[in-house]
Amino acid sequence: MSGKDEAELSRLMRAAIAGDEKAYADFLHRIAALVRGFVRRKIVQGGVDPEDVVQETLLAIHVKRHTWRQDAPVLPWIYAIARFKLIDAFRRRGRRIEIDVDDIAETFAEPETETVSERDINRALDSLSPAQRSVVSAVSVEGRSIGETAAKFGISETAVRVSLHRGLAAIAKRFGQGRFGRE
Amino acid sequence: MRTDDLIKALDADASSKAMPLRSAWWMAAGAAVVIAAAVFLLTIGPRPDFMAAAHTMRFLSKFVFTIVLAVSAFALIRALSTPGASTGRAMAWMAAAPMLVAVAVLLELFMVPEALWGTRMVGNNMMICMGFIPLIGIGPLAIFLWMLRYGAPTRPVLAGAVAGLLAGGLAATFYAAHCFDDSPLFVATWYTIAIAALALLGALGGRFFVRW
Repeated sequence: MSGKDEAELSRLMRAAIAGDEKAYADFLHRIAALVRGFVRRKIVQGGVDPEDVVQETLLAIHVKRHTWRQDAPVLPWIYAIARFKLIDAFRRRGRRIEIDVDDIAETFAEPETETVSERDINRALDSLSPAQRSVVSAVSVEGRSIGETAAKFGISETAVRVSLHRGLAAIAKRFGQGRFGRE
Repeated sequence: MRTDDLIKALDADASSKAMPLRSAWWMAAGAAVVIAAAVFLLTIGPRPDFMAAAHTMRFLSKFVFTIVLAVSAFALIRALSTPGASTGRAMAWMAAAPMLVAVAVLLELFMVPEALWGTRMVGNNMMICMGFIPLIGIGPLAIFLWMLRYGAPTRPVLAGAVAGLLAGGLAATFYAAHCFDDSPLFVATWYTIAIAALALLGALGGRFFVRW
C-alpha cells in the first residue's frame, strides 16, 4: 500500500465510473491482488477460504461503488469493505460449526459433493433463476461478451445487461444474508 | 467460478449506474421531512398559539435541541453508511444536543422554585409525547433504514441506532410545535424516552434488516 497505489487506483476508479471498461477491469484485478494479500495475512488458521472472501469483497465493491466519494481516498474504502466481509466470513463460520454435524454426515454419504474448488459463489450462482444463471455463466466462466451472449441466447443486448446486473446483485445480496443455497 | 471469471462479469456490468450515496441521502432526508410533516399535520398539528409561543425562550429552545440532534445525526449517519469514512468528528457532535439540554435543565432548576419541578417535569402531555414522536418518526426511520441498505455501513447496529436518533430528532421537531409543555425538564425526560425508543427500534432494524 503506497501513495502511488492510492493515486493510481483512484484514477482508475474515476475512469471506470465515467464509463471506461478497460480501466474498471484493471482496477478490479489490482484490488483482487491487494485484498487477497490482506485476507491471507488475516486468516491464519483454516476454515475460511481466503478466495471466497476475495470474491465476496469484489462483488460488494462492485454493487456498492456508488458509496465511494470521488474526492475521498479509495484505499480506506476498499479495506473497510474487505475487513467487513472478512469478519462476516468468520462469523458465518462460527454459525456453520453448529450445522457441521449434518454436513459431515452428508459428506460421508456423498463424498464427491464437497470439493476443494467448490466456491461459495457457485452455490450462490445455483440459486439464481435459470435465465440469470445462464447469462452470468456465459459472461464469466465462458468469457463471452455482451453481444456474443445476446446472440447465443437469441435475446437483446439490453436483456443480457439487465439479467447480468440483476444476477450479480442477487448473488451479492445472498452473500450479505449469509446464504449460499444450502441452508 | 474463478476470481478472474468473476471480474469479467463485474466488468461487463460496469455501465450499470446507481445514484451516488451522497445525493441519495439528501433525497431521503427530503422525503422523510415530507412524510413527517404530513403525519404531523393530519394528526395533531401545531398548537393554536404557535405565533405567540414563538416569542418565548422555552418554546424556541425545544427546536434548538431537536434540530441540533437531527443535523448532527444526519452528518453521522452519512459517514457511517460510507465504508472507510472517518466518523470521529461527527460522533463528537452527537454530544451537542444532550449538552444543550443539560444546560437548559440546569438553568430551569435555577429559575423555577423547587416546588414546581415535579409539575414541570410531568407536564400535561407525556402520553401524547411518547405516542406521537414515535408515530411521526416511524416513516422517516423506515426511509433511513432503507438508505442504510442502499449504503454500506460496516457497523450496521450503530448506524441503525443513529437512524433512530435522526428520525427522533426530526419527529420531535414537529411534535415540539404541538406540545404545550415547554419546560426543559419535560423535554429532557419524555422527549428523550420517545427518541430512545426510536433509536432502539433503529438498532434492531440495523441488526436484522441492514445486510449487504
